[in-house]
Amino acid sequence: MSGRDLLAYAGRALAGHRLRSALSLLGVAVGIAAVVLLTALGEGARRYVVDQFAQIGSSFVAVVPGKTDTVGGIPGIGGVPNDLTLADARALERAIPEALYVAPFVVATDTVARGEKRRRVMVAGVTPEFQDLRRLRVASGRFLPAGDLERGASVAVLGAGLARELFGSDDPVGDVVRIGGRRCRVVGVLAARGQQMGLDIDDIALVPVATGMRMFNRSTLFRIVIDVGPGADLDQVVERARAVLIERHGEEDVTLITEAAVVASLSGILGALTLAVGAIAAISLAVAGIGILNVLLVAVAERTAEIGLLRAVGASRRQILGCFLAEAVMLSGTGGALGLAGGAVAVRVLVGLWPALPAAPPPWAIAASVALSLVVGAVFGWLPARRAAALDPVEALAGH
Amino acid sequence: MIELDGLSRTYQIGDEPVHALVDVTERIGRGEHVAIMGPSGSGKSTLLHLVGCLDRPTSGSYRFEGREVATLDEPELDRLRRERFGFIFQAFHLIARLDGTGNVELPMVFAGVPRSERRERAQAALAAVGLAARAGHRPSELSGGERQRLAIARAIAMRPAVLLADEPTGNLDTRSGNVVLDLLDRLNDEGLTVLVVTHDPRVAHRADRTLILGDGEIVRRARREELATALVEWGLGAEAHR
Repeated sequence: MSGRDLLAYAGRALAGHRLRSALSLLGVAVGIAAVVLLTALGEGARRYVVDQFAQIGSSFVAVVPGKTDTVGGIPGIGGVPNDLTLADARALERAIPEALYVAPFVVATDTVARGEKRRRVMVAGVTPEFQDLRRLRVASGRFLPAGDLERGASVAVLGAGLARELFGSDDPVGDVVRIGGRRCRVVGVLAARGQQMGLDIDDIALVPVATGMRMFNRSTLFRIVIDVGPGADLDQVVERARAVLIERHGEEDVTLITEAAVVASLSGILGALTLAVGAIAAISLAVAGIGILNVLLVAVAERTAEIGLLRAVGASRRQILGCFLAEAVMLSGTGGALGLAGGAVAVRVLVGLWPALPAAPPPWAIAASVALSLVVGAVFGWLPARRAAALDPVEALAGH
Repeated sequence: MIELDGLSRTYQIGDEPVHALVDVTERIGRGEHVAIMGPSGSGKSTLLHLVGCLDRPTSGSYRFEGREVATLDEPELDRLRRERFGFIFQAFHLIARLDGTGNVELPMVFAGVPRSERRERAQAALAAVGLAARAGHRPSELSGGERQRLAIARAIAMRPAVLLADEPTGNLDTRSGNVVLDLLDRLNDEGLTVLVVTHDPRVAHRADRTLILGDGEIVRRARREELATALVEWGLGAEAHR
């Protein structure tokens, strides 16, 4: 018996019970669509995070005050860490001469006012390198000027949204705003860019880092970012930076984070989550499989005489087994194909509603869906097919 | 061709063994036309199933075309049924979802006969039973007599050596029954060995000879000219003529 004949025979048998067949394959379709949709969501979340990090590159080492990655440690407990200072930043600059830049910065929420208009926004004290670090474009004026790190001029660069709200259609460059009670001259306005790593670049004010520290009355930096450029040995840079800071502080009271490590671990976590969600969705396939099992048990019972006839005309037990397995796999396979199509449509609708999320089912999920739908048919079709094959031909012909 | 020696078949129904066939010894030659009669439960169908390798004997020997059937494994029995035997049933056992051609092709599909040859042989078999014009009809669109002729076309499609018919006219009126019997006679004339299980003396009368079974044993062998007497002797004529 050729494969084509087997499929034709099984297909005809299924077509004889359209509604019953359609309902049982619908079960598989829903299960597969759920797998596709949920893994697409998980993968979308993973890609979203990875993309966000990719925007700022991955050749960075961030130095954060406080030890956060000791076992079970909570920062601040077991001794107040030393301040992370601009002097530390300069020491790092000397210790890591190959670094493209060492960018210290400090961040706080503060009020930016122009006359009666006031806005509470994120204010960041940064160095000129911050422009490269965040790949910022200046729409008018210029970025913060280079100069003495510790002096701190009273100048500011405004985000596009903030500039519009405070100045309307006027050009802010050259005008003055008050940030936290301090007069600052606006030297530039950033190009509109939107959300980036949870930081609204459009709604931000940037001032020189020393200005920021005085403004916020801080003695410690928020962090120091070291960019060593692509291809550098990050681990080695981390060790040198750690050594410098231990020497200066007398203890290890900073945390060094490489963005690559953060991205990798986040990506790993979200990938595992996607797998878990997909697996949960796959459980619904077991329910669908029981539907197929039921439909086939009914089919075997109804077609007992037919099975007897097939044995009488010379069909072997294996062929009978094959016929019913083929029916089961056709049901689940067709259901799987419909589920893939349905899932793809659902993902497209989702992306249409929520374009920021790059939702797409990962290739492994699609491959697993196809494999799983066929396996469901084979596994749940096995029992009825075995039952059909085991029938005694004489009894089957008599219809019992 | 068919050599039965001390053939017995015992079923177990609950605790009780049922002796469906007891010590049957018989020879049936190539091209013979033999009827099997007997009251219900006398073992007629069991004998037919054993000969057709649908069932295995409990004891005794059955040689078909010189080979001891008991020594054959299941795939070889499948092959015998596929290639050497054609079955015809009282209930036709046609597949409702397939049309005439589909039903006739069925044995060839499972035998792996190529598509084009299958179609050709199905047409020939349908023509042989006078159903060429009804090839595209489903069983539900055919009369009883046509259905049985379709079943015969299916039985002969694989060009078997032996035709085994279990009450082939049991569900038919006299007229369409006769058409079916004429067809069986013709196939027998063409060289097919025919075994017919029947209640009906008119069916048995067509056979060269008749085996009369009682309680699983052959109680009488009657040639055509002896049939009437034998049936009266065994009280079977009256039942059939009701």
